[in-house]
Amino acid sequence: MSGYRIHRPGERINRQKPLSFVFDNVQYKAFSGDTLASALLANGVRLIGRSFKYGRPRGIVGFGAEEPNALIQLETGAHTVPDLKATQVELYQGLLAGSTTGYPSLDFDLKGLLGKFGRFMPPGFYYKTFMEPVKAWPFYEKFIRKAAGYGRAPTEADPESYDHLHHHIDVLVVGGGAAGLWAATLAGRAGLKTLLVDEQAEMGGWLLTERRSRIDGLSGMDWVNQRLAELASLPNVSVLPRTTAFALHDLNLVQAVELLQDHLPLTERNAALPRQRLHKIRAHQVILASGAIERPLVFGYNDVPGVMTAAAGHSYLNRYGVAVGREVLVQTQNDAAYEAALDLALSGVKVTLADARQGGAAAWRQQALKNAGAELLLGHGIAKVLGDKSVSGAQLVKLDARNNQVIGSGPRLSVDTVLSSGGLTSTVHLFCHNGGRPLWNQQQLSFVCPDEGRENIACVGAITGRWELSDALDQTHATVAALLLGHGRGSTGKAPAVASEEVAAPRAIFRLPDGKPEGHGAKAFVDYQNDVAAADIHTAVRENYRSIEHVKRYTALGFGTDQGKLSNINGFAIAAEALGKPIAEVGTTTYRPSYTPVTFGALAGPHVGETFDARRYTAMHASHDARKAEYEVVGQWLRPWYFPKPGEDLHAAVNRECLATRNSVGVMDASTLGKIDVKGPDAREFLNRIYSNAWSKLDPGKCRYGLMLDENGMVMDDGVTACLADDHFHMTTTTGGAARVYSWLERWHQTEWPELKVRFTTTTDHWATVAVVGPNSRKVLQKLCTDIDFDKDAFKFMDGRSGTVAGLPARVFRISFSGELAYEINVDANYGRYMWEEVMKAGAEFDITPYGTETMHVLRAEKGFIIVGQDTDGSMSPNDLAMSWAVGMKKPFSFLGKRSLLRSHTAGAGRKQLVGLLPLDPKVVLAEGAQILSNTDDTVPAAMQGHVTSSYHSAFLGRSIAMAVLKDGSKREGDTVFVWAHGKSVPAQVVSSVFVDKEGVRQHA
Amino acid sequence: MLVITCPYCQEAREEEEFSYAGEAYIARPAVPEEVDDATWGDYVFHRKNPRGWHWEQWQHVAGCRKVFAVKRHTVSYEIAGSWTLADGKALYEEEQA
Repeated sequence: MSGYRIHRPGERINRQKPLSFVFDNVQYKAFSGDTLASALLANGVRLIGRSFKYGRPRGIVGFGAEEPNALIQLETGAHTVPDLKATQVELYQGLLAGSTTGYPSLDFDLKGLLGKFGRFMPPGFYYKTFMEPVKAWPFYEKFIRKAAGYGRAPTEADPESYDHLHHHIDVLVVGGGAAGLWAATLAGRAGLKTLLVDEQAEMGGWLLTERRSRIDGLSGMDWVNQRLAELASLPNVSVLPRTTAFALHDLNLVQAVELLQDHLPLTERNAALPRQRLHKIRAHQVILASGAIERPLVFGYNDVPGVMTAAAGHSYLNRYGVAVGREVLVQTQNDAAYEAALDLALSGVKVTLADARQGGAAAWRQQALKNAGAELLLGHGIAKVLGDKSVSGAQLVKLDARNNQVIGSGPRLSVDTVLSSGGLTSTVHLFCHNGGRPLWNQQQLSFVCPDEGRENIACVGAITGRWELSDALDQTHATVAALLLGHGRGSTGKAPAVASEEVAAPRAIFRLPDGKPEGHGAKAFVDYQNDVAAADIHTAVRENYRSIEHVKRYTALGFGTDQGKLSNINGFAIAAEALGKPIAEVGTTTYRPSYTPVTFGALAGPHVGETFDARRYTAMHASHDARKAEYEVVGQWLRPWYFPKPGEDLHAAVNRECLATRNSVGVMDASTLGKIDVKGPDAREFLNRIYSNAWSKLDPGKCRYGLMLDENGMVMDDGVTACLADDHFHMTTTTGGAARVYSWLERWHQTEWPELKVRFTTTTDHWATVAVVGPNSRKVLQKLCTDIDFDKDAFKFMDGRSGTVAGLPARVFRISFSGELAYEINVDANYGRYMWEEVMKAGAEFDITPYGTETMHVLRAEKGFIIVGQDTDGSMSPNDLAMSWAVGMKKPFSFLGKRSLLRSHTAGAGRKQLVGLLPLDPKVVLAEGAQILSNTDDTVPAAMQGHVTSSYHSAFLGRSIAMAVLKDGSKREGDTVFVWAHGKSVPAQVVSSVFVDKEGVRQHA
Repeated sequence: MLVITCPYCQEAREEEEFSYAGEAYIARPAVPEEVDDATWGDYVFHRKNPRGWHWEQWQHVAGCRKVFAVKRHTVSYEIAGSWTLADGKALYEEEQA
């Protein structure tokens, strides 16, 4: 037990609202306004997790987005969220959380034993150790998986909802600290549409922690409240707390996630509102005021629970009324950490401050600290921290004034907490997400954003390396005033007045020396989350990883969910030293979205299930449901697959449906076929150009099968087009190709042939189509229709008629995808179900049988009709499909793909061509996709001859049939080939792909 | 995500409304049968893919469905402008000359 509550003026917790929560099955008390981290510290809980590689005990290090260790699992079941940072979880009544690491338990961890032999786990350990034998990897992996990783993903569907909101605004300000608040104030006063976002529950940034500054004569938080009141009064300004801008994309598109209900108990969340909201913000001007994060120093055993950043110790004290220890050692190389030491000392904590600088901080700070009773050790650094699961002390050494060396031993202090400050690191992430590069600032010892920002992106405050409040506000005011002037907005008045203070320069030191060569002393961690120690970076450089990007990947520096917010600059500096190069030259790794982890739910927003991928239903869907159809998804359509009778499986149903159709009459819902209305004086000429076959002589009342090629001469779609009038055509496409074909027509018309007078209208949804198929189909149509002559010579195969069917205006086409006598009835989709039921009634006396896509596939395969996309794959020309009859090589205009058919490769030998296959054993149905070999020789690699594209059992023929593409197939009829699948070779004979009614007697009946 | 102005609708809209439609102003040989395989292959398969300014076609698929020309920088993603195919062609040819 080391942390405890202490009353602080201006603390951000509400002591009138006590809460209770559970962590790792133990109940604790907290207050409204706490984070899980502050509440755990207040209860003296230090051990929060085990480290990734060595299983070392770890505790809370930071107080916000930078936290590397305290990853927790929040809640259970469907509401569970893995790997949240305890420092960012707002406490609510009844909160349930647990640690994510520790195997078999947090207190006793097996990896912890392994960690004792840490010298045997260098960077690249897994690559180096588990390489051989390859077959043993699954065995290794099982254990590595068990030992590695953090939280557990939920296994149940997310019960909460998420939404997306788009903004188009003038100014987006990222960061609600002093600089951001002032930037938003100026933009708001100028009348610009302004949005201010900040990741925390409260605006104020560092002013929430730092209490000494006065701005315009007000205390920091009074000034913040004055700003918030003014912003609230401006109708053109919105302020969003709990909103993290996590990505900046091209053209100032910023994505931000707002946590709307995460801070509420599960039982108090409003199910009608989203849990989180993703804001997609387009701003003419982005102002980055994302501040800076304090990084720790790197020293021996700096990962023992109880070692934290000074900023964290300071924030827990002033914001949450939690003293992190009773005897605290503050280690620094800069002035700012004196502030933390001072506030702790004034609160009754026993404080010792070790400063790596011989001269220490500005004289007034040293005096203030001494007056508060703290002890000051100048020119000292920590060699190593003592203690195992909690800090028990620290061994100090005397440092050389210039060189990073030890010149003598220092005291061994008995303390329970160590706070360290290695200076600030500007939060440059968003600036760098789309190509911006930060600059190294040797005075401020940080990579910072340039003062001039970038086009339409301004950088203000600590992000530019201005650590002092007065400097930050002056620079913010000057930058935003200049921007507003550029927008033609006038005077902006004066910058807020803050007294400037004397500051001593920080010392350029990152790794505190312990007097031993790197790798021989106590492990000094750079990246806690990935267990990367200073020695590992030296090892990587020794193994010749010269680029910082490679050092990162070899050591895993900055890999974790904290994305190196604490570790990157220390890592770069240590690499620079090992490489003998200045830090500026080593540079940074690449900053990529997202700044902090974002839930999949927020990214998906409302685009889940049917709102992600729409489901389309035909007008007859309710009829199919009533007849207990099984469905399959085709494109986005839900189509009946087959209509099983009680006790029937797919095969039994399909056999019955096929025989009923061939022997009497079947009916299919063909509404999903793409339909495009093509109209205009040049419609016919357009069809001539877009289809490979000729359309000049197609009279009104006639239909024709059309083949559509791409410019490469390959089949891309097919379908029957009917001529309604000389300038008016009803085109059909494949179900899946409708949208693509529509766009294809438009593009050719607009880009190549704008002179053609023709219009296209997509009518897929406007027509419902009932295909009545089989020898008795004519009789069914005759019962339903009196104004169309169905006589076989009056209404021939491939004719189309307009008339009245079942009292409805209809287009009837005598076309067939089964080889049977067949009619397709098209009616206004609103009457689709009525038409379907009328057909069912009229067909009852012929035992009319509804069938689905599976029977349709079998019927068409029996006739050798292709399905584009199943029997073709974008490399099949009409010749390959034995469909040269559908290519009008004599047409005057060089139709799409024609020239390509003459290319040496397209016209050459050795191409795969469509054939039929009959397995020698008629009971064997070949596997679709199976490879075809010429013999049973199983040498590797086999000479692959082609593959099976469609394969079924044909009830009508009483045997199996298949379609395939086979090298030079058109010349191989009669050959025996071997179809290989699942380790077996099956002999089959190459035959014509037309299995039923080669002469076409049935469809012309 | 780009912001594209449709020259027909005269509005700057999110990229989500548009569909990329390939390089602009690729001339289809007037008499394809008279060009050799290499020339035809060049027309069918080869594209400029420049590092820099690029003339390309976009279709306003969720709007007016018109195809138009956009001059876009492939490194900075800057868009110099968008035009109807006819207007853009004059500019394009001026640039090529």
